[in-house]
Amino acid sequence: MDANKSSSISSTNAVARARAADLLARRDRYRIVEALPWIAAIAAYFAFPNQMVLGSQTLILILFALSLDLILGYAGIVTLGHAAYFGVGAYAAALLITDVGWSEPISGLVCAAVVSAIAGFLSGLILLRYRGLTLLVLTLSTTIMLQQLGNLFRDFTGGYDGIPNLNIAPLFGYFDYDLYGHTYYLYCLAVLLVSFCVMRRIVYSPFGQALVGIRENVARMHAIGSPVHWRLVVAYAISAGLAGIAGALFAQTNTLVTLGVFDFDQSAAVLMMLILGGAGWLYGAFVGAALYMVLQNELAKISPPFWQFGIGLLLVAVVLLTRRGAFARLAKIDQHLPWKQRR
Amino acid sequence: MKIISAVAASVLTFFFWMAVADAETIKVGVVLPYSGPNADLGNQIDKAFDLYIKLHAKDLGDNKIELVKRDEGPASGANARTVVTELITNDKVKLLAGFVFSPGAIAAAPLATQAKIPMLIANAGTAWITTLSPFIVRFSFSMWDPAYPMGTYAATKLGCKTAAAGFTDFPPGQDSALAFKTAFEKAGGKVIDEVRMGSPGPVPDFTPFFQRVKDEHPDCFYVFVPSGSHAGGVMKTYGDIGMRQAGIRLIGPMDLIPDYQLAQMSDAAIGLVVVSSYADDYDTPINKDFVKEWHAAYGPNSYPDFESAAGMDTMAGIFYVINKLQSNLDDGAKVVDALKGWKHDGPRGLIEIDPQTRDVIQDERAEEVIKKPDGKLGVKVLETFPQVKDECKVLKIGRCGS
Amino acid sequence: MPPVVNTIISILFDGLAWAMFLFIISVGLSITMGLMGVVNLAHGAFAMAGGYLVVTATASWGVPFLASLIIALIVVGIVSVLFERTLYRQLYDASELHQVLLTIGLAFMAIATYTYFYGPLPQAIRVPYYLSGELHLGARSFPTYRVFLIGVGAALIAALWYGFERTNIGARIRAAVDNRRMAQSVGIDVDRLFTITFAVGSGLAGLSGGLAIQLLGLTPSFAIIYLVFFLLVVAVGGSGSIWGTLAGALVLGVSDTAGKYLFADAGSFFIYAVAVLILLIRPAGLYGRE
Repeated sequence: MDANKSSSISSTNAVARARAADLLARRDRYRIVEALPWIAAIAAYFAFPNQMVLGSQTLILILFALSLDLILGYAGIVTLGHAAYFGVGAYAAALLITDVGWSEPISGLVCAAVVSAIAGFLSGLILLRYRGLTLLVLTLSTTIMLQQLGNLFRDFTGGYDGIPNLNIAPLFGYFDYDLYGHTYYLYCLAVLLVSFCVMRRIVYSPFGQALVGIRENVARMHAIGSPVHWRLVVAYAISAGLAGIAGALFAQTNTLVTLGVFDFDQSAAVLMMLILGGAGWLYGAFVGAALYMVLQNELAKISPPFWQFGIGLLLVAVVLLTRRGAFARLAKIDQHLPWKQRR
Repeated sequence: MKIISAVAASVLTFFFWMAVADAETIKVGVVLPYSGPNADLGNQIDKAFDLYIKLHAKDLGDNKIELVKRDEGPASGANARTVVTELITNDKVKLLAGFVFSPGAIAAAPLATQAKIPMLIANAGTAWITTLSPFIVRFSFSMWDPAYPMGTYAATKLGCKTAAAGFTDFPPGQDSALAFKTAFEKAGGKVIDEVRMGSPGPVPDFTPFFQRVKDEHPDCFYVFVPSGSHAGGVMKTYGDIGMRQAGIRLIGPMDLIPDYQLAQMSDAAIGLVVVSSYADDYDTPINKDFVKEWHAAYGPNSYPDFESAAGMDTMAGIFYVINKLQSNLDDGAKVVDALKGWKHDGPRGLIEIDPQTRDVIQDERAEEVIKKPDGKLGVKVLETFPQVKDECKVLKIGRCGS
Repeated sequence: MPPVVNTIISILFDGLAWAMFLFIISVGLSITMGLMGVVNLAHGAFAMAGGYLVVTATASWGVPFLASLIIALIVVGIVSVLFERTLYRQLYDASELHQVLLTIGLAFMAIATYTYFYGPLPQAIRVPYYLSGELHLGARSFPTYRVFLIGVGAALIAALWYGFERTNIGARIRAAVDNRRMAQSVGIDVDRLFTITFAVGSGLAGLSGGLAIQLLGLTPSFAIIYLVFFLLVVAVGGSGSIWGTLAGALVLGVSDTAGKYLFADAGSFFIYAVAVLILLIRPAGLYGRE
């Protein structure tokens, strides 16, 4: 009798596990429609050859927003200081070029990713014990303090005038960089593609599901024995690493890094991009960042106060609409709802 | 008959077209902060550009000038490269003008070199910026221009044996304080304390910094803060904690008393001595005219300041090269060569572009804040330092030596 | 007097004045956050509105300074009701992220609007003669305006204390902060309380904006630049508590001043370092409850 029961339980378990694995595998499969943003990016390369620098900066911001999506959209941690890791990555890449004399770009990215991931891990260990207003203020304060420390050690960081002349070696020893920024654009696009695939893999893995679980019902996650804090710290470290790559790309394509990379404006902008596009479904980063950059570029040409007013109005509108789920229904994403309303 | 008139019409049109085709529209890319906390700095220069064009458009003859204005963005210079690249590649401008923030100019310099497009700086004051590209010409000032003479004047004529230096903790502040200290100590004075007064963003409460200096009793207190809200805060704090009564004289560069703020300052400012290249009160026909035109265009409550004056002179330089090179600005190197040694009599007085450094040479004046007969605050010129060069480059200090 | 004593007095006095200002500008946010649970990042915009109102009132309409402050308090308070009824109402159940972003959006709109109407240049006012200069008390003199700030702060503390501890409506507000559902079930009209509280909080912000002009200057970016400071004070003090805001303001104000006085090179560091330390140990703030 017991043997039957346990075997039927274990077979139920096995069936459930098989179904779960099947579900994850199905969602993980790449759909045709997912090729759209990449097609659009390559089309932009041919359609707007004179705006490739704007394009590169947009791609960098998409990556930055993606990194934030992991921790904000999937794990539900609201932070006002993500620019810290962007900045750490940027300075890591910069110092590699100027102080160490190593100007190969891809290893620069790897170095920046490692440094900022470590920074994310260490800071996450402490910061992720807090939530709400406390976490907002902690993340905001630590980023500002980082900036001020950078100013204190200005011999090292160049202070507010920064570190100039960040000239990277030609890509793969062959592709050099022109005024129009064509190579920069393709370089950023390739890095974004790789990073995106990594993110996507993480998000559809059991680890990613655990993050969603933490966001939706952390009490239950604790109850089933999930190591919540460690999961969050690891996610935060990965998020910081990706943000660091974005920062390194910025340093390499801008050829100048200043303490402005730590500005609150950066953290706020990427937060705004994510909500504009929708947090928690990866492509929100694409939509939001592209929308933000295009709006900024075009509206600012009319009149800068218009741009500020416009983006403010858009934010208010989006928040009011998203609350009622209008966008979610519009986008027709079943399992990747942008945000669930909760207190 | 119809055929003849058709032919005649076409021929006439053809000749008309030939005549008109020679008249060019010169596109100038204007890079200034139009939004954010520093929009006030961009505003003064923008107004000056527009005013100059309005007043002197006929000086260009058939040619026209078109300003393509773009937002320089935040003070960190993060947007500068994007904006400048777009101006060069998309809008195909022949000249770049503006640049309020040094990081923005630093980021854009390699682009100017690569594209061979002249970069005409109307504000950014870090001394060594002009060394970053042979296509940079600066019309505004170097941080050393007012600070160095101030140091000499304070030690020799104002009777300051000791001084404290307070400055906002970023490169322009550090530059300015270093310039003052170099000159002051060269002339026999001693700087007893250097106080870093907060970051360039939010205006800090200056009281603790000023109180600390007051307790140290220097003869003079040299202060550099970004023009704008910080300057207002400095004057209020100086008055509030009674530093003048304690016998400490406040001195500094023109950034302390931008003219539009001078009008609103209290009497605590009276007796302040600054070294400046421009003030509304300068009694020259050119300046009086300029101030009058400014008020006519922008109202009685709008005052031009040293940035507006620099903006006017920058635009004058642009007009000069357009006319000299007959609107053929395709060769950036020729444009820069034309500007080397250019002399001009503007609101600031006589200025010249140094042929070696491509930086501006201008008169600096020691001025005292006084109460004018009409009850408003104004300045009285105490001494003129004629045709001051950037001492940082003359003495080859730090990055200026490259 | 010996220099050390002089230094200590300077730090304490200047720190107290700065703390009073931080208190006045933050207390409204603390009450709003504690009662309604809304992270209102547009709080600085209400302060800015008050500031511009004072500028226009004193410069264009010839209203005396003190009267303008009262006007700012009342007008901003009343106008905020409009925002509360239409926009903030939607945020009571919303996630923190939504609150943050909607209110930042409002702040941006405010900045753009004021830039359009007033221009980006800093505004200044002339304070009346009796508020400028110095007061001489024995061996030391103190800036009059800062003494005024301390006075206003003290008066406000007294008024708020009386309002919260001794009046009926204050009791109801405290009840709603402690346990909203319970308060509702005993028949307290929580919605109306929200509106009144929001009006008071925003009105106080408007007042602080008027006071800030002489202290920090006023440009359209005021709304965002100083946001950090009141968030710090509210978090460190504990949201929803007046005494908490006072404690937070005092701790941060005095340490900021002391840091700038003693270690000017790293002066601005202190206020953040102290805030972080306190929050790491007591995440709910000094007087917060978890």
